[in-house]
Amino acid sequence: MSVSRSLLVALSALLAVVSIPVAAQYSLPPAPYAYNQLADPDQEAVAQDLMETLRCLKCQSQSIADSDAPMAGDMRHQVRTRIEMGEEPEAIRAWLVARYGDYVSYAPTVSETTWPLFAVPLLLILLAAIILWRRLRART
Amino acid sequence: MKRWTLWVPLALFALFIGVAAYQLTQPKNDFIVSAMIGQPLPEFDLRAASLDRPALKTGDLRDGKPRLLNVFASWCIPCVAEAPHLETLRRQGVDIVAIAIRDRPQDVARFLANYGNPYSRIGADDLSEVQLAIGSSGVPETFVVDGQGIIRYQHIGDIRASDVPLLMQKLAEAQ
Amino acid sequence: MIAELGLAALWLAAALAVLQLVAGALSQREGAEELAALVRPAAIVQGFIAAFAFLMLLVLFAQTDLSVKLVAMNSHSDKPMIFKLSGAFGNHEGSMLLWITVMALAGSLIAAVERRLPEKTMLATLAAQAFVGVGFYAFLLLSSNPFERLPEPALEGMGLNPLLQDIGLVFHPPTLYIGYVGLSVAFSFAVGALLTRQVTPDFARAMRPWVLGAWIFLTLGITAGSYWAYYELGWGGWWFWDPVENASLMPWLAATALLHSASVLASRDALRTWTIMLGVVAFSMSMVGTFLVRSGILTSVHAFAVDPERGTFILGLLVIYIGGALLLFGLRAGTVSEGTRFSVTSREGALVFNNVMLTALLGIVLLGTLYPLFTEAFDVRVSVGPPYFNPVGAIFVVPMLMVMAVGPLLRWRKDSISRIRLPLLIIGGATLAALVLISLLTSIAILPLLGLVLAVGLGIGSFMPIRGRKLRLLPIATWGMMVAHFGIAVALFGMASESAFSEETLAAVAIGGSAEVGPWNIVLTEVSPTAGPNWTALEGRLLASYDGAAAIEVNPQSRNFWAPPQETTESALATRWNGQLYAVVGREAGDGRWQLRLWWKPFVTFIWYGGILVALGGVLALIGRVMADLKRRAIKSRGAIRRAETAA
Repeated sequence: MSVSRSLLVALSALLAVVSIPVAAQYSLPPAPYAYNQLADPDQEAVAQDLMETLRCLKCQSQSIADSDAPMAGDMRHQVRTRIEMGEEPEAIRAWLVARYGDYVSYAPTVSETTWPLFAVPLLLILLAAIILWRRLRART
Repeated sequence: MKRWTLWVPLALFALFIGVAAYQLTQPKNDFIVSAMIGQPLPEFDLRAASLDRPALKTGDLRDGKPRLLNVFASWCIPCVAEAPHLETLRRQGVDIVAIAIRDRPQDVARFLANYGNPYSRIGADDLSEVQLAIGSSGVPETFVVDGQGIIRYQHIGDIRASDVPLLMQKLAEAQ
Repeated sequence: MIAELGLAALWLAAALAVLQLVAGALSQREGAEELAALVRPAAIVQGFIAAFAFLMLLVLFAQTDLSVKLVAMNSHSDKPMIFKLSGAFGNHEGSMLLWITVMALAGSLIAAVERRLPEKTMLATLAAQAFVGVGFYAFLLLSSNPFERLPEPALEGMGLNPLLQDIGLVFHPPTLYIGYVGLSVAFSFAVGALLTRQVTPDFARAMRPWVLGAWIFLTLGITAGSYWAYYELGWGGWWFWDPVENASLMPWLAATALLHSASVLASRDALRTWTIMLGVVAFSMSMVGTFLVRSGILTSVHAFAVDPERGTFILGLLVIYIGGALLLFGLRAGTVSEGTRFSVTSREGALVFNNVMLTALLGIVLLGTLYPLFTEAFDVRVSVGPPYFNPVGAIFVVPMLMVMAVGPLLRWRKDSISRIRLPLLIIGGATLAALVLISLLTSIAILPLLGLVLAVGLGIGSFMPIRGRKLRLLPIATWGMMVAHFGIAVALFGMASESAFSEETLAAVAIGGSAEVGPWNIVLTEVSPTAGPNWTALEGRLLASYDGAAAIEVNPQSRNFWAPPQETTESALATRWNGQLYAVVGREAGDGRWQLRLWWKPFVTFIWYGGILVALGGVLALIGRVMADLKRRAIKSRGAIRRAETAA
């Protein structure tokens, strides 16, 4: 066989092999609260708001609320379980950030790594004000 | 517009080019490093994941001896690749315990039968609870835990031959 | 044979681009009439030949010619024909070929149709267009050849990512690319004007229809992309501030600001520097976006080929083109004198305010998108997403919407608030009433509340210019403006409503069991296997009843593709005038029950109806401008004939 043909055959075989064990991630059922909502709608709303701001670690740019990855399901289980037990959303977020760093949270916090994200909008507001002031002073 | 303000867009663009060019030279690495390094292990008590190895709880890792904690799963392809290197470490006297993520006992047994069993204990983490609690974001990952149960080092991805000396060194530092 | 034809055509088109560039550049000198005469024909022929090359690629995909590497990697004999064709541009090389084809065709169109520019500026513009083209031709031919052959034909193709095998993929990339790359015309115009120092109202009038055209397609492309992600990705999100989404939004923001700025320049000969800068920035954003998507330095669901080598090539192109244009801007824009003055309360004033807000928003989106890239250089990883973009963006969007509601009512140059106090009162009153009503009747967060309220105000305000004018005499372009602004209000209403009033139900339902979401009652009647051309699926049959009305059937699927092996969820939608039911069937939840995810999203369709209205407004504006221009030309030529007759 030529190199590229055997390469393609090998690739197809690998894909077939990969797909089976990856599907085995699903051989255990999802965590109880991965796909079940909390009984109390207010608590569920709080949990949902929090989940939309936590990042799925195995996905490329998705929140755990949007992802079907098993790990995201496990994280949703954690969030819902803790909310049900009365934990504050910010405490849960802090717990996750203590384990994974700022990466896991989409919610902006002012820290020594994120301060430009807040300084720049303020700067822009200032710049906008200056530009508008200079341009629009009554000139006719 | 004032003269100097005309150069602001170019200056900003130059900044962008600098950062982008630098980033292009860096190897693409999607790893999320655990923030728990230097922190003690959380309290956990997992059931046994396989019939011929005992279960795993935090107390087992606080007996004064540094060891490796390997996070793996039977459905994880790179775990197959690192199995021989784990065996190498075991033969050099390293105690390796494992957490199996989302795995049925029969699948764990099959994996160990096929690729070897370097572990002294294996705990089953069905809901990824312990994995989340130690800041691990995927499989395989290997943690160096010292005798007091404190996480000292994290190796993300499968262990290659070139990683073995490094892990030995980290274990020695954790004494 | 066909692949070689395509490749040869591509080389030929590249050569023509070089000719166009050289001839256009050299013809800036005096006495170069023969060279000048070459430029337009070169541009026109280049477009046709590039289009021919793209056509050859389409033929290769239609035939599933597995001796071509691109086809082998991205196609499969079992795919339906339409997806075979759309697969041609659903990959890095093919989409770059689409990019260069649109660019070449845009250049042809300018050369064939544009008559309003002074000759030198026109040639400089075509040279600039060719200059940018040459770099991208080089990129294609040297590092991303779509026509590369395999040493031996593959046995079978590797298929196209199942997520992309959808009707949305047939529309989204082409419209988006015509928009993205159409902005290169504005870029070339701006560079041409800077080079020949011809920043005049005529220049703005000439540029405006081109920007409008590109902007219309970009609006449609973004709207289509949003809707496609919404129903295809299976969790009901329509915008996530993902880096690639932002890469399409940033040119749109710049182009919107450019449109308005060019209007001021065309009507009032003001905002010259700003218009030029926006012309450069808009296409620069397109190019930066292309770089981000294809270099692999940003993590995204959408990212294309992850290849740092290609990334470096594109970065080099960016340095030459954007760096060059901004350098030119810094050097020459200072010599562009500012036009006539105007007061704060005037249409110019409102448009300046609009421009500043749009540019600030562009800055925020750029910052948020690039910030993770910036921190990674310091080995720190952060995530910037909706919780940042929504509130920070709102800081600039809210004032902009408020001014947008009343700006069109102001006169040019100088006006007073008291003159428009009646419409102001009406708009303000309606906004306030909406605020009170919605706050009392519901308890929603501040941002969606602001969105709903401002949508009401803007919706009413956008049609206020009709007041006191005869409907039949209103110029078409004014209708365009009103419809486009109204479209923004409609889309905003949809966005706010979806955010505030969506309801979700997750339930494990047995066959025959039911679940509720909002006013809907849903019964799962069966889950059965089904198959398609290159997939098998489990299809759920749901009977959904709104508030007790007759039940309708919705059929969500969980599909398994085999080339490449992947699972996708096909959501089922039931659309009413007041919202959509969104149903997804998941896995078996054990003991014969099935996981159902159900959403009721009130008024969510307004988001995309609004987008279409915005594009429609643009179309009306374009028609109006083109007709007005033709009329002006006819009058001019009639006047010229009359003067010639009197002189004779």
